[in-house]
Amino acid sequence: MTLYIFYFLSFLAILSAFMVVFSKNPVHSVLYLIVTFFAIAGHYILLNAQFLAAVHIIVYAGAIMVLFLYVIMMLNLNKETEPHKSTYLKLAATVSGGIFMVVLIGSLKGVEKIENLNAANQSAGLIKNLGHVLYNDYMLPFEMASILFLTAMVGAVLLGKNELK
Amino acid sequence: MIKLVALVPLFPLLGFTITGLFSKSLSKSTASTIAGGSVLLSFIISLLLFFQVNQNPEVSHTVKLFDWIYAGKFSADLAFLIDPLSSIFLLVITGVGFLIHVYSAGYMHDDEGHNKFFSYLNLFVFFMLLLVLGNNYIVMFIGWEGVGLCSYLLIGFWFKNTDYNNAGKKAFIVNRIGDLGFLLGVFLIYVTFGSVTYTDVFSQAKFYTSDESVLVFITLLLFVGATGKSAQIPLYTWLPDAMAGPTPVSALIHAATMVTAGIYMVARSNILYTLAPTTMHIVALVGVITAVFAASIGLLQNDIKKVLAYSTVSQLGYMFLALGMGAYTAAVFHVVTHAFFKALLFLGAGSVIHAMGGEQDIRKMGGLKSHLPTTYLTFLIGTIAIAGLPPLSGFFSKDEILAAAFAHNKIFWLLGVAGSALTAFYMFRLLFLTFFGKFRGTHHQEQHLHESPKSITIPLVVLAVLSAIGGFIGIPEAFHAKHLLKSFLSPVFADSDLRMLPAEISHATEYSLMALTIVIAVVVILLARNKYVTKQELPLADGATMTPIAKLISHKYYVDELYNYIIVVPLRWVGQIFHSLVDTQIIDGLVNFTGKAVVWTSGEARKIQTGRIGYYVFVMVLSIVLLLLYISN
Amino acid sequence: MEQHTLAQTLYGIPLNAYIIVSAVLFSIGVMGVLYRRNLIIIFMCIELMLNAVNLLLAAFGAYRGDSNGQVFVFFIMAVAAAEVAVGLAILMMIYRNTKSSDIDTLTRLKW
Repeated sequence: MTLYIFYFLSFLAILSAFMVVFSKNPVHSVLYLIVTFFAIAGHYILLNAQFLAAVHIIVYAGAIMVLFLYVIMMLNLNKETEPHKSTYLKLAATVSGGIFMVVLIGSLKGVEKIENLNAANQSAGLIKNLGHVLYNDYMLPFEMASILFLTAMVGAVLLGKNELK
Repeated sequence: MIKLVALVPLFPLLGFTITGLFSKSLSKSTASTIAGGSVLLSFIISLLLFFQVNQNPEVSHTVKLFDWIYAGKFSADLAFLIDPLSSIFLLVITGVGFLIHVYSAGYMHDDEGHNKFFSYLNLFVFFMLLLVLGNNYIVMFIGWEGVGLCSYLLIGFWFKNTDYNNAGKKAFIVNRIGDLGFLLGVFLIYVTFGSVTYTDVFSQAKFYTSDESVLVFITLLLFVGATGKSAQIPLYTWLPDAMAGPTPVSALIHAATMVTAGIYMVARSNILYTLAPTTMHIVALVGVITAVFAASIGLLQNDIKKVLAYSTVSQLGYMFLALGMGAYTAAVFHVVTHAFFKALLFLGAGSVIHAMGGEQDIRKMGGLKSHLPTTYLTFLIGTIAIAGLPPLSGFFSKDEILAAAFAHNKIFWLLGVAGSALTAFYMFRLLFLTFFGKFRGTHHQEQHLHESPKSITIPLVVLAVLSAIGGFIGIPEAFHAKHLLKSFLSPVFADSDLRMLPAEISHATEYSLMALTIVIAVVVILLARNKYVTKQELPLADGATMTPIAKLISHKYYVDELYNYIIVVPLRWVGQIFHSLVDTQIIDGLVNFTGKAVVWTSGEARKIQTGRIGYYVFVMVLSIVLLLLYISN
Repeated sequence: MEQHTLAQTLYGIPLNAYIIVSAVLFSIGVMGVLYRRNLIIIFMCIELMLNAVNLLLAAFGAYRGDSNGQVFVFFIMAVAAAEVAVGLAILMMIYRNTKSSDIDTLTRLKW
């Protein structure tokens, strides 16, 4: 049963990822990307990472994608005005993407055998465990992340201002 | 006591530093006092050293100041050698040098380069002292090059005149040819004997029997250096041109001291020369030919300083004649007396030029006897001394050389006598034309004729006295007196004297030779008097037609022109070829090609940077692919 | 044996499957960057690549029973959120200056 769910989610993610690339309208791309994100959130749940799945939905589908839509709306990009690359370049891009995929899979092949696997521990993705690790081992990076957000906010506001004086 | 020798060159160096560094701020009188005072102090110490050496001439002292060069087996110290030879030269250099400093204070008083002039003079004295004091050939070489530099600086002292600059360059380049010979000689000495220190080299040379030709080469190469520095054929041409410098410079550097460096070097290396008879013949031959050749040019020169310059070349020729015959003492003796009377003559000429307001042509002088009595008297003494009339100094030294020549080679003697007759003639011609007859200059010059100031006349008087009595340090043994100089110098030349063939001539022969030279000199002087005083003949003007021989002589045998066509013109031609073909075509071409190639390749390579982000990403992806392929293999 | 097999799979899904899915998603992102000219789409493809990496990290973490992998995913999300904020601001600036969202108009990145 779970295997079928996995296949379905994988198929959905890959298909909508393709649609992100090939949609002519940027708004459609955004919507397909949201679908992909939901599929990936499903994968997280399959991996016993429920909290991660929730955060993923909130951050990506909820915040980031809304930002994208907002920008597209502001720039009025929802028309198919984009000039396309030549067929030759498109072919080259597809071929190199394919080659990249083959090489990537080839180079990751055998990784699962080296790893010290212990899937029996299914409590790793629980909020309790995560919080424990996060606030014990990763305290400093966690605080640093907040500074990063502050910096990003200042940077975005500064860049977004109409005229820099 | 003997350690004080370090101070001898130190004082002029200090004087040079002070007058040179502060030439802008020092007043003229301060600068000349410092410069002259430093040389005077050196002279006083030299005197003390001389008396010290005189007590026991057999002992030579070496004072080592510091290690200078140590490289592998090679070593050269900055060390001084004090023996009779160097102490004599010390006295001459500092003594005559001091007098000329005093003279310069008067002579250069109105020159804007006054302080610079004194710093150069002090530097010259320093290098000259280094040259004669060094205990090895390397220190001598430093002095040798240093005096060449000072000579160049002082010949071109009035550098605003292009001719003077060219004269300086000529002196420098011609000297450079000789210096190369000297340097090669030193290299060969080191290769042969493994040392450059005099004592090591000479003690080894005494027993060096394996290959005589090496010694011949060494001595010949050193002699090439001597011909450059001491203005012998074929490298004498720079000395007459060197008269472009201020007159005190001509007196100090180009008559009294620097040009005798070659004599000093040969006398110092006497044992090497004695062991190479082939070189001795060449030295004697070059000397005697130069003596007669330069004297004959002197006959028809009209520039008062040029006459004296050729006279210097000629007298240096006599010294080399003496060296070439192994009469080292006679050569050094002549160096000393020549320093006195030639410095005197040059300074006298300077006094005349000073009075004439810069005029140097003797055809425009005349009758100066009454206007410049002191200069005239001292000049007269110098002239008699150089002409070789007893009992003035020139007689004794020249007679000793001629006696040695007679004993060795009658032809050399004959040429030597001819040269001395020519000397007597042109010197008295100079004297008569300058001081006798009527004044031939402009009216304006006649109004301003005046005796020179005290600072000029006092050195003249001192030098005149020295010229008059200087000969008594070397009275020939024929007069049953002690030859002071010979006994003083004998330790230096002892080894050579042992190996030379005894060339004694009987006292009767020597008397008759002396009488002969005196008679010839007197006859020649009377001839000159008849020609220039009684008949009042004048040298021809520049454009006048002359007999072919006179024309040849007055153009100095066209030697300068000959050198010009043989050496300068082909060299320029070669230089032109190298410039137009090798330099501008090949070398510049290579350089430009490199530059253009870089510009072209970077111009092409630049196009890789399209600026298009898509393209960059594309390259990046492909690179990652290649990287992954590489690491997963 | 049974225990061993259970330890290596999660609900019968092998780790290799997640590796392949992630690699495919990542390659699609790469291809999209190469394929499209619209800056916003390219940006979205970058997000896609980040998510592929996240998925793989979470998978590795889960299969090892290790919380650290998921913590890393958190941090990547945080960085991605900041990146999107700044990146979109830059994108708006570019649009404001060039009146275009075409990546090929940005050709000054040379020399």
